[in-house]
Amino acid sequence: MTSKEYKTITDIKGPLVFLEKTEPVAYGEIVTIRLSDGSMKNGQVLDTSDDAVIVQVFEGTEAIDRQAGVKFLGDVFKLPVSRDLVGRILDGAGRPRDGGPDIVAEEKADIIGAAINPYSRQSPHDFIQTGVSAIDCCTTLVRGQKLPIFSASGLPHNDIALQIARQAKLKDSDEEFIVVFCAMGITAEEYNFFRTDLERTGALENAVLFVNLADDPAVERLITPRLALTAAEYLAFEHDYHVLVIYTDMTNYCDSLRQIGAAREEVPGRRGYPGYMYTDLAMLYERAGIVKGKKGSITQFPILTMPGDDITHPIPDLSGYITEGQIVISRELHQAGIYPPINVLPSLSRLMGGCIGEKTTRDDHKKVSDQMYAAYAEGRELRGLVAIVGEDALNERDLQLLKFSDIFEDKFLRQDRDEDRTIDETLDLCWNLMSSIDEKYLVRLDRELIDKYGQHTE
Amino acid sequence: MSNNEGVIYRISGPVVTATGIDARMYEVVRVGHEKLMGEVIEIHGEQSVIQVYEDTSGIRPGEPVLSTGQTLSVQLGPGLLTSIYDGIQRPLQTLEEVMGVFITRGVDADGLDLEKKWDFVATASAGDEVVGGQIIGTVQETETITHKIMVPPKASGTIKNIDSGEFTVTETVCTLDDGTEIQMMQEWPVRHPRPYTQKYAPDTPLVTGMRILDFLFPLAKGGAAGIPGPFGSGKTVTQQSLAKYSDAQLVVYIGCGERGNEMTEVLDEFPGLIDPNTGKPLMNRTVMIANTSNMPVAAREASVYTGITIAEYFRDQGYDVALMADSTSRWAEAMREISSRLEEMPGEEGYPAYLSSRLAEFYERAGRVETLNGDDGSVTVIGAVSPPGGDISEPVSQGTLRIVKVFWGLDAGLARKRHFPAINWLNSYSLYPQSLNQWFRDNIASDFPEVRTEISALLKVEAELQEIVQLVGSDALPIDQQLTLEVARMIREYFLQQNGFDPVDAYSGVEQQYAMAKAILTFQDEAKKAMAAGARLQDVVNVPARTELMRARFAEGYLESIGGLVDDMVGEITGTVEAN
Ligand SMILES: Nc1ncnc2c1ncn2[C@@H]1O[C@H](COP(=O)(O)OP(=O)(O)O)[C@@H](O)[C@H]1O
Ligand SMILES: [Mg+2]
Repeated sequence: MTSKEYKTITDIKGPLVFLEKTEPVAYGEIVTIRLSDGSMKNGQVLDTSDDAVIVQVFEGTEAIDRQAGVKFLGDVFKLPVSRDLVGRILDGAGRPRDGGPDIVAEEKADIIGAAINPYSRQSPHDFIQTGVSAIDCCTTLVRGQKLPIFSASGLPHNDIALQIARQAKLKDSDEEFIVVFCAMGITAEEYNFFRTDLERTGALENAVLFVNLADDPAVERLITPRLALTAAEYLAFEHDYHVLVIYTDMTNYCDSLRQIGAAREEVPGRRGYPGYMYTDLAMLYERAGIVKGKKGSITQFPILTMPGDDITHPIPDLSGYITEGQIVISRELHQAGIYPPINVLPSLSRLMGGCIGEKTTRDDHKKVSDQMYAAYAEGRELRGLVAIVGEDALNERDLQLLKFSDIFEDKFLRQDRDEDRTIDETLDLCWNLMSSIDEKYLVRLDRELIDKYGQHTE
Repeated sequence: MSNNEGVIYRISGPVVTATGIDARMYEVVRVGHEKLMGEVIEIHGEQSVIQVYEDTSGIRPGEPVLSTGQTLSVQLGPGLLTSIYDGIQRPLQTLEEVMGVFITRGVDADGLDLEKKWDFVATASAGDEVVGGQIIGTVQETETITHKIMVPPKASGTIKNIDSGEFTVTETVCTLDDGTEIQMMQEWPVRHPRPYTQKYAPDTPLVTGMRILDFLFPLAKGGAAGIPGPFGSGKTVTQQSLAKYSDAQLVVYIGCGERGNEMTEVLDEFPGLIDPNTGKPLMNRTVMIANTSNMPVAAREASVYTGITIAEYFRDQGYDVALMADSTSRWAEAMREISSRLEEMPGEEGYPAYLSSRLAEFYERAGRVETLNGDDGSVTVIGAVSPPGGDISEPVSQGTLRIVKVFWGLDAGLARKRHFPAINWLNSYSLYPQSLNQWFRDNIASDFPEVRTEISALLKVEAELQEIVQLVGSDALPIDQQLTLEVARMIREYFLQQNGFDPVDAYSGVEQQYAMAKAILTFQDEAKKAMAAGARLQDVVNVPARTELMRARFAEGYLESIGGLVDDMVGEITGTVEAN
């Protein structure tokens, strides 16, 4: 279709271009803009009426003037998908970035994605062993889950994400994940870190990378994760792959969203982020899961950095309201030299209940993890008290719990970057560590389990 | 002449403006070539502003808009139970059959199965005078629920004809003298409360099986409760527990703007779960509405109205209905999103100025009523609230708390300690105990309210003592206060904590709750006595029988065994005196 070129730009503001007097333009339609020097930019329609059209320009509006020519391409944004995506590196708008050929489309998929009918979902229940004790025991990852890492600048979230990508497997199975990696505004250095590691382990051949770096267009970031998820859905639901989507950094994505909102002079919600950010994020995160009649699955592992280490900031807050739990990285533990510095207390896996136990992990898993948590939580709280009143003021029970919190961090949390513990090893370790606490204080364990696994010596 | 066809002038997300159409407010219209469903929400001169219940990408100005003459309504009749709908009552199962696993658009679906034949048993006869709301027959819809077929609220007259037999919901089962034909299906506009004769003051608790709720902060049948809490604090688990265990006869569960998998979980789990109150599968009494966070926001906005209208309809049949809305904040956000597209003047935090009145109108639809047919029915509403950052000073929490009489405040700190349900016992409240005390005295124990007072007093004292402990450590407290701390710990760990997923302890009958509370007070009394006679606190606290008493609640038959366990504990505590 050859479409007409319009030269009717009236206003340009931030990432937005306003036009008047066009033929009817579709909501969400894709747009190209030809600048006076012949270079091209891309965009998408955000608002359309008989009188005016608003276009969001992915590459930013720099150098666009009122003489620029605007063409409407007649369709909404689609990604050409095919099995050949596997092993490819694409840019933030889906164009090859690895010097390879264009993707020959088996089909073109709308990147907004349709909502999975809740009636058609299948509850995720397959335990994924990550080999990281803190996660496997306390915030168990489930295939088809969306479980973000809440981190902050300067913390080793990338190491953790990569360790999980390397080690993740179903218990007693060799079935592997393919990784869809989506970079949004991260630095070239961070990106290289990921790419090199994926290359080193051979995972790159089985991965699809969508890359928008810090110096790439900011508005483009709004489509990058949608491309990645569209690719993931295609691979999972048309080709039966188990896909692990890692995307980083959601904070940059949200900042782009805020930029658009501000340019449209929308009434902002909290801290300047748009009121619809919850819905917008849900349209990404909810694209995880398992559906009836399809063999594949999408597991999401978004990474976000909490501005000011603040978990109540709208980005982690709204994410946590949508995702199925969160893994929280702690600066305090990191500074204490503990890797992985996962603070299990605010961490959570909402799908854990349905995937652990006798049939999948071990009969003691649930109670052990409850007890580990409870004891650690109390021990940590006592640290504050001890700082004021000293250890002398503690009774026997409190003293044991206090000591346990140190053991927990040193022996349970701490492990090497390539240390891959089985779930049995992890749970045995828990019993071993809990033997430092008198049995009568372990009220969350029942008699039977204590008799079966307890390592208390009389 | 009125015009029922116009054209699209503007599209901005879910909001479409049309011209050339004479639509009424809240009228349903069909938008674009694909005939997407929408509702008129504002009229400006020539322009009608429409919120569209489906995705609008790819729609262009100039496409047609058709008015339908109807307002947004639900279909009410046999077939509601066990169904799962989207926010505008399209059955998700039908959508799956038509569209596959992803929800595409432009598909209409009836809320009720119009083909299915139901066994209608007439209970009225020809010649009977009937008025709106009167029951003229029944259909055994599920094993546990008899669906009562009522004369539509506005009809009345003398029955000319009525037949038992197999009918679809649209076939006439009864004719009145004036020619009015009555079918089993009624339609009702969702934004209008259904009529009743009068509201009564609530006097019966909605028994939930959750100790902290029934015992400390009871909700009445016909009352309204708000559950605010940050993410991960337990709103959904609490709502689901209520849907599973509360002694409502019918449950309407609305997943409003939340996770898809949570609805799937209910769908997977409920058919296999047994209602502790009837011994029959839970699904039999449940209607579900799922308009998840990624489904269109306008349909999310409608979902709570769809749900409450269905709840009122069963109330009118004389049932006690409980409605859970998880989460009302997502509904409010949908209002905010639409309002900002309308460029309305925003109120606090960008919410429309009418937020609090909409909240009030919604909760006002709860209540225990005398139905039009003179029966007694109730709708109890329990709304989850999701305050940003967990800070309840925000408009949705505040708007809710101004209306509801029960506040179950979830607390991130407790959730982090895995103290579940993470309901903060210090700031939660219920304004119902006064009206419910008589019920508890009559049905559970004559001193029930006094035992409750004693338990809550202990928790308050503990909070005060904890402040001192934070400064000096617990060992510095006098011994009687140390005992109080131990008793309070027992209340927390044994009584208040209740794992929503424990196969046994997730549900605790009120009699058992009372027995457990008494066991704690017995411990306190016996410990005091023993210590007065020279026993050491440590010995008293550590008697093995107390640990066993606490652990045994995870085993079946606790209500029967608790008496013996308490006796054992008393015996051992007495023994600690001699040991000294
Ligand atoms: N009553 C409870 N018993 C046991 N676990 C609970 C309970 N309430 C909450 N949880 C735990 O907390 C998690 C989050 O609860 P959820 O109800 O989903 O929180 P919210 O809806 O407030 O975000 C659950 O996945 C579960 O692990
Ligand atoms: Mg929830």
